Amino acid sequence: MPLLEMKDVYLHFGGIMALNGVSFGVRKGEIFAIIGPNGAGKTSIFNCISGLYHPDRGKIIFKKKEINKLSPHRRAQLGLARSFQNIELFKGMTVIDNLMLGRHIHMRTDLITGGIFFGKARREEVRHREVVEEIIDFLEIQNIRKKPVGTLAYGLQKRVELGRALALDPNVLLLDEPMAGMNAEETEDMARFILDINEERDVTIVLIEHDMGVVMDISDRICALDFGVKISEGRPDEIQSDPKVISAYLGGEEVV
Amino acid sequence: MQQCGIFHETYTEDMAIFQTPFSRFWMGLFFVFLAIFPFISKPINAVLGTNTLYLANLIGIYIIGAHGLNLLTGFTGQISLGHGAFMGVGAYASAILTMKLGIPFLIALPLAGLITAMVGMVFGIPSLRLKGLYLAIATMAAQFIIEYAMRNWTTLTGGSAGMSVRPPSFFGFYIDSDRSYYYLIYVFVILATIYTKNIIRSRPGRAFVAIRDRYLAAEVIGVNVWLYRILSFGISSFMVGIAGGLWAHYVLVISDEHFVIWLSVQYLAMIIIGGMGHVMGGIYGAIFMVLLPELLRIPEHYLTVINPNAFAIFHSLRDGVFGLIIILFLIFEPDGLAARWHTIKNYWKLWPFSY
Ligand SMILES: Nc1ncnc2c1ncn2[C@@H]1O[C@H](COP(=O)(O)OP(=O)(O)OP(=O)(O)O)[C@@H](O)[C@H]1O
Ligand SMILES: [Mg+2]
Repeated sequence: MPLLEMKDVYLHFGGIMALNGVSFGVRKGEIFAIIGPNGAGKTSIFNCISGLYHPDRGKIIFKKKEINKLSPHRRAQLGLARSFQNIELFKGMTVIDNLMLGRHIHMRTDLITGGIFFGKARREEVRHREVVEEIIDFLEIQNIRKKPVGTLAYGLQKRVELGRALALDPNVLLLDEPMAGMNAEETEDMARFILDINEERDVTIVLIEHDMGVVMDISDRICALDFGVKISEGRPDEIQSDPKVISAYLGGEEVV
Repeated sequence: MQQCGIFHETYTEDMAIFQTPFSRFWMGLFFVFLAIFPFISKPINAVLGTNTLYLANLIGIYIIGAHGLNLLTGFTGQISLGHGAFMGVGAYASAILTMKLGIPFLIALPLAGLITAMVGMVFGIPSLRLKGLYLAIATMAAQFIIEYAMRNWTTLTGGSAGMSVRPPSFFGFYIDSDRSYYYLIYVFVILATIYTKNIIRSRPGRAFVAIRDRYLAAEVIGVNVWLYRILSFGISSFMVGIAGGLWAHYVLVISDEHFVIWLSVQYLAMIIIGGMGHVMGGIYGAIFMVLLPELLRIPEHYLTVINPNAFAIFHSLRDGVFGLIIILFLIFEPDGLAARWHTIKNYWKLWPFSY
């Protein structure tokens, strides 16, 4: 039984079929990659899973529950976290505050206890600050923790966004092109973080990525998408040698 | 001077509001000044030719309301053109509770705040769908509906004849002088300021700011955006309702013409000038709004000595000058006084190596 499953999902924008009957299942504990040329519908899948888009048809199942009707914040509470292709951080806030927002669902402080900020509320703040600092250490961003994220370099912002998603303590982490626009060294760091998160923190990962080297290296299984249709699914070696995948990429990127 | 490097050993220290002994010292000094101001205001009044204690009280009342609007508009990013009317709801609620139902002031005032919060949340419902200009229009509609009710629900509000209110009394204290009222108001000002600051540095405040900056991302990380939008209207209206209640028991006669759209616009101007999204913004803005007309009165006074007609001329110019100054502010200090203060502080912090 997969942990996260899409069952025959359709989604259109005007005349474009962004998703045309997509089905796949992500097993607990794996790194599952979604690949495909630009406009294939990869981000649309994430948006359907996190509740920003509503499929015309089909089911999204998470932890054995159909979550189609749940609002995005309820899905986050259930254990889904994500990063965005175009970084969606709170630019004016510090790194710490961005990560503390990742802890929102685990905290209880409300308008009354927060306004008093004494006793319980303060203890809660300290406790979650410790969790956040642990993530900051893990991602090696100690020196920028009090900087407004808008002032940070692109690669660092990607890392902070990963940290914010991680702060939710999710069961499934959806990463939308976490390596895009990064140099070789940053890409390698990011790949290492993803592997660590997967192994040590026991987080199931769904990864959208154009860097085929990384995808083939770190994923357990891959799903290839073209024009909203799943054209292949399997282990990296199977995908690499699948003629349908190769032809989808012809004229685009090479599959290595 | 503030230190450049601040090191903390615990997260509690790191979260403290006043981070250095230096800022704690100045804060202490400022509180001493606040405490003794009513006793030194007489000579100041004589020099300036105006009742500074009355002005201080007005400032205090507006600070409480401005904090409220700042939470809604500055921090949550939801504009309101109804806060003038919401202040009226608080004023009338407290007046009716004390005068008609005989409820003691100390209970009536928070109740008035709660009633205003309810009203604010109801009129905040459009915010679930509307943003920016559209929300401005929707809240302006709230303003006019409430104005209409204040004017025409005569059995409750006394209509345009207004309603007289008694000064507060509790535990044998009778708060009927500028001086005693000053202390009453400033207790609330301090509470409201600490409250605002605490909200902003804890979970709900972060959620507010997240909604303002990127509501989709806020939703995806688990913030119940609808709930917090309405809560923001609630807490904001609560505070402006308290301000209204304090105002009612201070001026002693309230009528609908106090709470017109102009007051809503003034509240907005306060937080824009003071600094939206800065806790100090509400304070600077309220001070500015109350003192600017007073400062404009000074040249009027001297010109009249030279030419008796000058008064009439300048008086009609005053509103224009008032507007002009606000426009200049928006052009040259779009981030408000609080942001300017930050820049200056950071400059001195690193002086002489600031560039
Ligand atoms: N909000 C939207 N409104 C209209 N069309 C959309 C919207 N979101 C996606 N689309 C369309 O749906 C299709 C799939 O887009 P999607 O963003 O899912 O692709 P992608 O695989 O993530 O591409 P990329 O690799 O460029 O990120 C595209 O044709 C796109 O133009
Ligand atoms: Mg995409």
